[in-house]
Amino acid sequence: MSKSVFPRALEDEAIYIMREVAAQFERPALLFSGGKDSIVLVHLARKAFFPAKVPFPMMHIDTGHNFEETIEFRDWLAQETGIRLIVRYVQDSINQGRAKEETGKYASRNILQTVTLLDAIEELKLDACIGGARRDEEKARAKERMFSVRDDFGQWDAKKQRPELFDMLNGKINVGENVRVFPISNWTELDVWNYIKEENLALPSIYFSHKRQIIERDGLYWPASPFLNTTEDEIPFEATVRFRTVGDMTCTAAVLSDASNIDTIIEEIKEAVISERGARIDDKRSEAAMEKRKNVGYF
Amino acid sequence: MDILRIATAGSVDDGKSTLIGRLLYDTKSITKDKLEAVEASSKRKGLDFVDLSLLTDGLIAEREQGITIDVAHIYFSTDKRKYIIADTPGHVEYTRNMITGASNAEASIVLIDARNGVIEQTKRHLFISNLLKIETVFVCINKMDLVGFDETVFNKIKADVEEIAKKMGYEGDLDFVPIAAKYGDNVVQPSTKMNWYSGPTLLEYLEELPVHKKEDALPARLPVQFVIRPHSDQHHDFRGYAGKLSSGQLHVGQEVLVLPSSRTSKITKIYHAQKEVDSARSEESITVELQDDVDISRGNMIVPADAAPTQTNAFVATISWMDEQALTTSKSFLLQHGVNVVKAKITGLQSKLDIHTMEETNDVSQFKLNDIGRVGIKTAKPIFADLYKDNPRNGAFILIDEFSNNTVAVGFMDKF
Repeated sequence: MSKSVFPRALEDEAIYIMREVAAQFERPALLFSGGKDSIVLVHLARKAFFPAKVPFPMMHIDTGHNFEETIEFRDWLAQETGIRLIVRYVQDSINQGRAKEETGKYASRNILQTVTLLDAIEELKLDACIGGARRDEEKARAKERMFSVRDDFGQWDAKKQRPELFDMLNGKINVGENVRVFPISNWTELDVWNYIKEENLALPSIYFSHKRQIIERDGLYWPASPFLNTTEDEIPFEATVRFRTVGDMTCTAAVLSDASNIDTIIEEIKEAVISERGARIDDKRSEAAMEKRKNVGYF
Repeated sequence: MDILRIATAGSVDDGKSTLIGRLLYDTKSITKDKLEAVEASSKRKGLDFVDLSLLTDGLIAEREQGITIDVAHIYFSTDKRKYIIADTPGHVEYTRNMITGASNAEASIVLIDARNGVIEQTKRHLFISNLLKIETVFVCINKMDLVGFDETVFNKIKADVEEIAKKMGYEGDLDFVPIAAKYGDNVVQPSTKMNWYSGPTLLEYLEELPVHKKEDALPARLPVQFVIRPHSDQHHDFRGYAGKLSSGQLHVGQEVLVLPSSRTSKITKIYHAQKEVDSARSEESITVELQDDVDISRGNMIVPADAAPTQTNAFVATISWMDEQALTTSKSFLLQHGVNVVKAKITGLQSKLDIHTMEETNDVSQFKLNDIGRVGIKTAKPIFADLYKDNPRNGAFILIDEFSNNTVAVGFMDKF
């Protein structure tokens, strides 16, 4: 029927959801992480409102531990698309005493982001935040709704979720509540890559194979950086790697890879024996690490 | 590549998780680390088998209690298409979850344990498939290995199911597959132990099922979600009506009717996403431009001039009650029909379905969580709808509680 390898119905569904957000909410924002999923979201938003401008801003919660390439890409994309960029900094939350830096060799600002995010939602009175989470990524995310209501404290109650029937989205909320919206819920990692390929989307260079200083820890390859607390025996060495998922430098592991273009990346994913979030140390803290973070307001 | 959405319902005992696990395994859709995590959890729980339900039961409460509470979405794909399984618990107290999961499905899989034959749960799953007018139901008669792969057992259960379906008035396709999910017989690979069965395996059936065949053939319904007005120099006069075509097809040059204004016009341009196209089909997110300046806003509907839906503000519908708080008729609700929201009132409770006997009763004293029954509804403004049986997407609605904002019911229009 369609020549596309990417299931085009997923794009139709995501555009429908983007339009519902613009119609149902007063102050929505697109949560931009610099990762491939949020880059896809920006592209979908542009398509949804073409030829008009995207009617909401994108917001980045900057941990200060980002890859340099991600930040450069973010600023380029904002300029290229003309979408207003809002940035809020975890460092500010730390300075204000709202968040406390973790210590030890696994220290990361991943959890601290939640504080900054919730503060930003309150400050900007955002009633909807569009995110790039996918149900195939992680088992708690598999239970997410397209429109996921968060209470006054940003909390998610998995047991009290609204049923979503057909494609009718109920975005009615009380003052203080907000909705997290996940337009690419039904996409898999492979769908995202096939879409990036077919739509010819630009990505930060770290997704492609490159030489980098890394350290080996717990069988994973960590990018060496001033933000990563290392022990004496963890000596950085150079390797050819790429990133399959992109978060902070302290919670995203690299994979050894020679895949330097989209086609070889897609081949690599098809053959992969480890899932995407297998390279996320933030998920490995416990079996329910994601659900626990989501309960308190995480992305 | 197209997408086939399937609903499954059932408890661990039916071997549902094993079946889904089998589909994932045999289509190579599960990665090693996920499988290892499940193996480790199974061992920790002291199980002597790999409990594949742990793959789908993602919530802490679900793992603690060993049950599926919510709808889980499972993805796998073949070279031909992508599959989305909405997997739901089969017990009566989760009827609302089953209906939710089934609402987007084009096909459903009903699992029967060959040793037990048709049980109450089987009837309920058939009933829900029938209620939602799911066009194809695959009845998988599982655990054939435990009945000696006996053809007579299969035929007996098949006849029982056919009789029940007939009694319910189910008009879709019923296909029967004898399987042994644990060993993979007739799931993806044909069984070598049931030579008496020459039909397709479950996956072969799924691969051959046409998608959106029915929706495409129906009259076009374009609920307007958003009016696109760029106000830019380049697109100064652009006025586009954006929405997802819920059924039918539209093409450039077509005469259309705009509801509720009843103005007619002609389609001058169609954009699918941002690409200009000549025509569009159901489920596509499009933007149309019209020849005339017509006043159109969100919730309006663009339809073919010669095939309009019914304008109604009072109708009879079957509803499934989904809220912890019982339904009271004195209250008003918000009724969401597609993207259009109007105030509504339940004018009367007509009949209720006994979920155990599947029979209608006139005891309508109360509509509680998971109850299904027929009600009269009045809306403050007219809506433009089709009967659910004629056009499901334009014949369904949800009710929203004005105070809690929760979605408290789903409804299917029966009679105008």
